Amino acid sequence: MSRKPYVREVPKATWYMRNGRYLRYMAREVTCIFLALYMAGLTIGLVRLMQGPDKWETYLAGVSSTPAVIFHLIAFGFACYHAKSWFDVTPKAMRIPQGNDFVPGRIIVGTHYGIWGGVSLVALVLMGVL
Amino acid sequence: MSERQITFEVLRYNPETDDKPWVQTYAVPCQEEWVVLDAINYIKDHLDTSLSYRWSCHMAVCGSCGMMVNGEPTLSCKAFLRDYKGNTIRVEPLTHFPIERDLVVVLDDFMEKLTSVKPYIIPKKEKPVEEGEYKQTPRQLKNYKQYTMCINCMLCYAACPQYGLNDEFIGPAALALTHRYNLDSRDGGRSQRQEVVAQHEGVWECSFVGACSEVCPKDVDPAGAIQQMKIASTVDWYLEHLMPWRGK
Repeated sequence: MSRKPYVREVPKATWYMRNGRYLRYMAREVTCIFLALYMAGLTIGLVRLMQGPDKWETYLAGVSSTPAVIFHLIAFGFACYHAKSWFDVTPKAMRIPQGNDFVPGRIIVGTHYGIWGGVSLVALVLMGVL
Repeated sequence: MSERQITFEVLRYNPETDDKPWVQTYAVPCQEEWVVLDAINYIKDHLDTSLSYRWSCHMAVCGSCGMMVNGEPTLSCKAFLRDYKGNTIRVEPLTHFPIERDLVVVLDDFMEKLTSVKPYIIPKKEKPVEEGEYKQTPRQLKNYKQYTMCINCMLCYAACPQYGLNDEFIGPAALALTHRYNLDSRDGGRSQRQEVVAQHEGVWECSFVGACSEVCPKDVDPAGAIQQMKIASTVDWYLEHLMPWRGK
């Protein structure tokens, strides 16, 4: 008897719609687009700063506009989600020996949040916010 | 013992008569303590002897009875019916694998990949039997023990979207087993396995969806193994380029 295996094709464009965990993965990946857009805006700001006070003031007026504020709030929300989704999986990549076992995952995740909070605090102090 | 009537929608495929799979339904009088495999055995014994599927131990050890149960890669011997709401359960062969017949899938691709990663101890230095055993501390055992629990059930391949999109990917179970031997203090074969691991279809094809670890019935965590191998491969690359004299 000859074999005739049947191959089920995976839909190339909509594969991530098949279940919730694929959608969560796509959410983690897609949120980085907003981080990239934010970085692009920040880079434009640096260029404007180099171009002199007039250009810088125009840039400041632009980022203070309502649409820009809304974009930054959305980008911040997505940045938090992106960071959380990556922090949650760090224990998988970091197996740190401790005695006859490994450092618990919650310590590794907590350390990431701690460093994130610490760096944010330093940035806020340098910016004069705190 | 109470009885519950459940309709099983089973994907059927007979390579001799069918051009494509089709769904057959069976009404099964199920016992409260049954698992999905019990219901399928009931179908085989009482309703339809032509149904083909793999199973052996009925206790999550042999890894034979993996199936898609309501779309989720599952060991059917571990899928208790009491955990499924409603009166219909859909059973299909593991996705991402070609269907041989009914619920039986073709595993040839996995077997080739498993062989390619040399999943056995390659001693750093062969020693004669008279010199005794290769000793290992509990700490050294702990390093890799988790990855020895793999039963090759293939649920991780069925869950992995990357494998579904590109079957050149070596895949979760074979890479987890590679990691298992690389971490073994008695092993010296990592450099031989790196050729497969460090290629694009090795660890770098993984985009860390993590589905493999979520469905693993033995908590092997193949996703973790792959990420750890990515880090090790990256360190290798930097050492090779920044300190080329180390390899000489």
